[in-house]
Amino acid sequence: MTIHVDVVSADREIYSGQSEMVVAPAEMGEVGIMPGHSPLVTRLLPGEVRIQHEGREEEVLFVSGGFLEVQPSVVTILADTAERAPDIDAAEAEAAKRRAEKALEEQTSDMELARAKAELAEATARLRIYRRHRERA
Amino acid sequence: MPSSKDIKKQIGSIENTKKITSAMEMVAASKMRKAEARMHATRPYAEKMRQVIGHIGKAHPEYTHSFLEERQTETAGILIITSDRGLCGGLNTNAMRRALNLMEELQSQGVSYRVAAIGRKSLPLLNRIGVDIMAEVSDLGDAPEVTDIAGTVKVVMDAFMEGQLDRVYLVYNRFVNTMTQNVETEQILPITEITEPAELHWDYIYEPEPQEVIDGLMERYVESLVYHGLVENIASEQAARMVAMKSASDNAEELIEDLKLSYNKARQAAITAELAEITSGAAALEE
Repeated sequence: MTIHVDVVSADREIYSGQSEMVVAPAEMGEVGIMPGHSPLVTRLLPGEVRIQHEGREEEVLFVSGGFLEVQPSVVTILADTAERAPDIDAAEAEAAKRRAEKALEEQTSDMELARAKAELAEATARLRIYRRHRERA
Repeated sequence: MPSSKDIKKQIGSIENTKKITSAMEMVAASKMRKAEARMHATRPYAEKMRQVIGHIGKAHPEYTHSFLEERQTETAGILIITSDRGLCGGLNTNAMRRALNLMEELQSQGVSYRVAAIGRKSLPLLNRIGVDIMAEVSDLGDAPEVTDIAGTVKVVMDAFMEGQLDRVYLVYNRFVNTMTQNVETEQILPITEITEPAELHWDYIYEPEPQEVIDGLMERYVESLVYHGLVENIASEQAARMVAMKSASDNAEELIEDLKLSYNKARQAAITAELAEITSGAAALEE
């Protein structure tokens, strides 16, 4: 049993194919979607999406947030931005993390604080995915 | 008649201009191909988004988001996309003409309007006619991201939600092919182009609340519409620039040919005059 998975971001289509299980960072906690899952719409947090398929290596993607829609036969991930784990620029993510941490310390206004927190969560998630990918490779 | 030296100088300067225009032509051609690829890459997102919103709309006929609500139009918003740079033929002029026509049309219907601008080239005209600019973003480069325009789009969406705008149009150049770019006026708010799925609907589980999820989706959808317009406009810009630079190079070539002809004529005339002087001098000595 497999389910069709589409991952698209505003600037491109990142993944389209069959999968046995998709794991995504939903807002209320990580969800695993297998064929026959009930229809679901949820927001995503920054984190990793894992697309598993028998006989092939697991596909790991970073998403910075977005939406997940589950229909009986199709899973659609509408990502704000997404990249494959091997494509993550670690140096860039590290710099973004430091920038966000610095902004967090200075915390000038509520809005900037919220933005810095969001950026920090994103950069941390990217780094985590990158490191795990490196270890496995 | 100008001297052959003057003509030679002129040829040199036109040749330099031609070098620049043909370099610009080649750069635009390569950028156009990249922009075209990006344009195709943005389509799946908007399509999927439309499907998801269509599904949810069908599953929840009782909750209509304000983005789907038609209301009496008193104030309209016009979002104008132009390029940041010039030298691209009539691209921006055409877009601005369409925008001005739209403004006139609205005015004749007794509808007032406000404007938001993406790209630098619309600003001089908008400032001159003294129209109210709600938001503006420029210097987007060749490969902008959605986040680059999100602020401007949000200003427009908020105004719509608060009832300051009742309708929003997007004016941009659609890329048809290298030779053709058409100015499009698209109504982006309220959203009209939601395709209702043919199959039976099902009840979704929403996390967190349905309203929050739907609101978020709607905002992203409108952003993606504007982003798609922007990417189309960039491809159009490069295509228009390529064609404009090609014709500039061709014109330069023609001018150079003409000038070469005059140069040779002037040279011939000088030689003939010199020969005539020598022979007449020799003839005078013989006598």
